[in-house]
Amino acid sequence: MSLHSSSPTEAVALAGLDLAAPKTLAQPVAVRLEGVRRVFGSRAVLDGIDLEVRRGEFVSLLGPSGTGKTTLLRILAGLDRADGGRVEVASARSVVFQEPRLVPAKRVWQNVVLGHVQNRVTRRLAAAALEEVGLGRHVDVWPKTLSGGEAQRVALARALAGEPNLLLLDEPFAALDALTRIRMHDLVAQLWRRHLPAVVLVTHDVDEAILMSDRVIVLSGGGIRFDARVPLERPRKRGDAGFTALRARLLAQLGVASPEAGGHA
Amino acid sequence: MTVQQPAPTFLASGAGQPPRGVKLDLVDLSPRAGQTLARSRFSTSARFASRALVPAVLLAVWQASSNFGLVAPEVLPSPAEIIAAYAELIRTGELQAAIPASLARALTGLALGASVGLVLGLFAGLWRVGEELFDAPLQMLRTIPFIAMIPLFIIWFGIGEQAKIALIFGATIFPVYLNTYSGVRGVDQKLIEAARVFGLSHGRIATRVIIPTALPSILVGLRFAAGVSLLALVAAEQINARSGIGFILINANQNQRTDIIIAGIIVYALLGIAIDLVMRVVERLALPWRPSLVLA
Repeated sequence: MSLHSSSPTEAVALAGLDLAAPKTLAQPVAVRLEGVRRVFGSRAVLDGIDLEVRRGEFVSLLGPSGTGKTTLLRILAGLDRADGGRVEVASARSVVFQEPRLVPAKRVWQNVVLGHVQNRVTRRLAAAALEEVGLGRHVDVWPKTLSGGEAQRVALARALAGEPNLLLLDEPFAALDALTRIRMHDLVAQLWRRHLPAVVLVTHDVDEAILMSDRVIVLSGGGIRFDARVPLERPRKRGDAGFTALRARLLAQLGVASPEAGGHA
Repeated sequence: MTVQQPAPTFLASGAGQPPRGVKLDLVDLSPRAGQTLARSRFSTSARFASRALVPAVLLAVWQASSNFGLVAPEVLPSPAEIIAAYAELIRTGELQAAIPASLARALTGLALGASVGLVLGLFAGLWRVGEELFDAPLQMLRTIPFIAMIPLFIIWFGIGEQAKIALIFGATIFPVYLNTYSGVRGVDQKLIEAARVFGLSHGRIATRVIIPTALPSILVGLRFAAGVSLLALVAAEQINARSGIGFILINANQNQRTDIIIAGIIVYALLGIAIDLVMRVVERLALPWRPSLVLA
């Protein structure tokens, strides 16, 4: 379903599982924010955000509720406008929301190619995208007959069908049950390695952020409070020493006291 | 599971546990032999009989009271006389001529009214300009009972077909308008937002997301309008009808034929049932994605 051939850098990245900083530096910029402000009433939810994300880079946005994670994501998606600063994003971008947001009156494949002309060619494109998320047998069904996890996989297929250079994920796993969430983590990681878009994931889940991303950003008080690469080899395991240490640091940044309590699993 | 032996608890202290040896009040919900069998037997044969029972008894009482001379035939003729009236209407060819004439009136008015209601509803639902222009005037006009308009319509359109169709037209605009407008406005904003993210133009958002999602509501409006069209038909056919069921009724009224009047009223009722059935089939065909209809 790829619309353009993969470059040599992608081939290198596909071969190895670890995508550390040097490899992504060669990639083009997918997000460039300079001094972005967004004010609601008298409160600046975002107050001078600077951020650069390159193609192939997986970035997680963490932060307590109300710190502007979702606002920032909506600005990147073009659904909200910044009140100040510069916002440059890749034109080929797509979003997976917390809810699947499928049109109930359209069959699954028509939802996948919602923004395209719908004919036999795009139906094949949709079927290929659905095959990738393991729903090859559900091409013609109605969205209401799908389970929550299946519907979210359709949303993922829809996001990838347009071959985005920037994939925005707004807590896409939050409403799923624990087992489905683990499968979705694997699926998203696998699809990201295959297509290598820039990914910005908004999440509440510290473990999820460490498991999946190259780089974790903590938003607080309208600014970026913490921005660090995840120095761990993939695949990562919860409970490794490096994992636990990073987790403790992030939890401290988020204002949660004892990292050893283990309540957040 | 026994109540006397509590499972080991994670709490260090036993605080909050019920004291040992005290029996809890248990309710027996286990299945009983024969219970489900009896229920299913009732639902198959007895259900139909019990539904038919009351109408059958009423018909029998009606027929008997006529037979014993309790009710004068010119006030309420017996069911047998009404059946005879149908036979007469069919023999003279009046019924065969009346039903198409009445249906044509109702459907012409409905088609015009529903089209205008649909266009205005979409316009007001999709565009703010449309809402500003049409919603308030239509909400005001909606409060006028259409039957009150009959004298005015006679002055405007005379006593021919025009006045009758105009009345049905006026009555059927509003159910379609209101349901289309609220259906379009009721489409989840999150769906529209997702469509915007995936690059759909305004036109495609309307045709691919909003209208298909609002279709159940639009069809409810159409079904309402179909019912209203029949109501308006009855009222309209009181105006000097020269054909149709109303014509039969006016003639029967002048000739004091109560049996034919009742026969005509029953035809109106049957037309109402028929139109409703047709609309249900239309809904089923137009909305294959609704889970309730998929299962049915």
